[in-house]
Amino acid sequence: MGGYSSWGRYPRVKQRAVPLHWRDEAELRALAGEGPVLPRGLGRSYGDSCLNEGGTLLLTRGLARFLSFDPDTGVLRCEAGVSLAEILAFAIPRGFFLPVTPGTKFVTVGGAIANDVHGKNHHADGTFGRFVRRFELVRSDGSRRVCSPSENADLFQATIGGLGLTGLVTWAEIELRRVPGPFIVQESLRMRGIDDFFRVNEASERDWLYTVAWVDCLARGRRLGRGLYYRGNHAPGTGRARTPAVKMPRLRLPFDLPDFVLGEKSVRLFNALYYRRQLRALRRSTVFYEPFFYPLDAVGDWNRAYGKRGFLQWQCVVPDADTVVRLLETIARDRQGSFLVVLKTFGDLPSPGLLSFPRPGFTLALDFPHRGERTLRLLQRLDDLVADAGGALYPAKDARMSPEMFALSFPRLPAFRPHVDPAFSSSFWRRVQGETAAALRSGAA
Amino acid sequence: MKRIAIFGATSAIAQACARIWAARGDALFLVGRKAERLEAIAGDLGVRGAKSVRFEAHDLADLEAHPALVDHAFEALGGIDVALVAHGALGDPVLLAQDAALAAENIALNFVSAASLLTCLANRMEAQGGGSLAVISSVAGDRGRQSNYVYGSAKAGLTAFASGLRNRLHRRGVHVLTVKPGMVDTPMTAHMKKSALFASPEAVAKGIVRAIDRRKDVVYVPGFWRAIMWVIRSIPERVFKRLSL
Repeated sequence: MGGYSSWGRYPRVKQRAVPLHWRDEAELRALAGEGPVLPRGLGRSYGDSCLNEGGTLLLTRGLARFLSFDPDTGVLRCEAGVSLAEILAFAIPRGFFLPVTPGTKFVTVGGAIANDVHGKNHHADGTFGRFVRRFELVRSDGSRRVCSPSENADLFQATIGGLGLTGLVTWAEIELRRVPGPFIVQESLRMRGIDDFFRVNEASERDWLYTVAWVDCLARGRRLGRGLYYRGNHAPGTGRARTPAVKMPRLRLPFDLPDFVLGEKSVRLFNALYYRRQLRALRRSTVFYEPFFYPLDAVGDWNRAYGKRGFLQWQCVVPDADTVVRLLETIARDRQGSFLVVLKTFGDLPSPGLLSFPRPGFTLALDFPHRGERTLRLLQRLDDLVADAGGALYPAKDARMSPEMFALSFPRLPAFRPHVDPAFSSSFWRRVQGETAAALRSGAA
Repeated sequence: MKRIAIFGATSAIAQACARIWAARGDALFLVGRKAERLEAIAGDLGVRGAKSVRFEAHDLADLEAHPALVDHAFEALGGIDVALVAHGALGDPVLLAQDAALAAENIALNFVSAASLLTCLANRMEAQGGGSLAVISSVAGDRGRQSNYVYGSAKAGLTAFASGLRNRLHRRGVHVLTVKPGMVDTPMTAHMKKSALFASPEAVAKGIVRAIDRRKDVVYVPGFWRAIMWVIRSIPERVFKRLSL
């Protein structure tokens, strides 16, 4: 039942879906699942980590209640299906902001924990999981455990970044950040090549809370790595005290665009224009937090721009600058083009989860329209470079990495495995363990 | 600050409305069947900024309790500015078509108990000299279809009842809103396959709260259902009876 696909709309699978609405019914539903169960929030994971072929999705969006808030400390306790958009609508008028936010606010707290998400402030603050104080975990044996760094610490570590495999998180307590208001003072700097990135980035990270770079991945040679570097801080002074409601996107793509729209020529044109949208070396402005953090949220269902075949996201972290250059060279040579190439450094604050993706180094994120073999071959070449460098791939954005690549990416996998709930699984998990849906159906799993 | 009473407060649509009112700082009184669920909702609304939240657990199918319940709500809030009547049950249309007792029970809950509650509320609001009464009917009440005519007929009765009540109370300054939601993604429809016609409870709640603010008479949520139901109502019966709707 139900057409639940991932944000990349690839792959497409058959699965059942059971909506949850009350914390007290949660364990009953989990046990009632046919085949393995997997919690699912807003389905913004790009690949198959939010899919459960042949199994059951436990839809958590009905668990969207706030439980408590301390206006002095900014500690919020809420159910796992509350979205970051709802937290922002609540927190901003009260002078608070998310401690860490990914590039979309349409994710749930449960999803943010399960992927130990990161944001533009990783170099300063680390991952979302660092701001999770505790949560309740319901397991298929009927137990309910409160997990924190001091209670059930092993399950706490396994669940943060644990891809929803360790049980169902029903509520969580997170620390919000006190901010002077809803505005961001932003600077964007032109980077003529990758050396500009390394130079500007090093100079920016001390004084700027948020940093990220957009790279024109089709530029080669001297221009390799050209793009725009963005940095921002919460703006002092409140300005106008706006209290934005949780509003739906203004635009919405109502249908799939034909495949040529995001073809190589249009990407080349877009990238060239986008790079030139700023002629000055530096531009400074004060903007509302939404366009700074969530430019793509303004277009609902933007994933449909990639046509019926969907698209593949790919994000890695590598420890060294040389590999970044090699990756960019490989992408530029292949000429498949990608609109959304984002480059950023991760700082050295440790991620709390056993399977957390962020670790010190450089992270590069891309998306490609799915053009079959050709696209998969390019991504395989990129995987090999990452593996050689001792880097990792991000499960939330993956639909195709090999079991070997997964094991190389997550050296603490052996410590994680014993904490997986026997009734929980996902398409992603079976794939990176080398299991197939067919094996699952025949009862081999 | 408004004083708002919600009957059937554990429904997904009612909860979403309550969250909007809580964020505005309104005072709320909730009625539903299960105390522990009302408690969970009251906690949420309190954090979101409600001035006060009180609740009382009651089965609204028990008509005899209605007058006292409405009195409690008025006393607890010191008068009521907005009352939302949101309880109901869809029922299994296959069973309802075969089992007369089940059908009667469904109609009793969806129509009779709502009418009884509205009567108690209307009389107190009339005495109070103002207020808004919002009742959740359904697009299903616009025309009986084989797929859910038991529920639909109860909602048709409720729509007619609300229309008459509006006519009666208009001169007394009491506003009556008939809400006609289309298909909404809630526990009530958890078993149905979701299509593009389904709306989220949040979107529906926004439409309801806005219609109450603007003192509308009848609102379809989302608005496109007005056009769909106009078409469905326009089909001649001799054609309609052949359709599988």
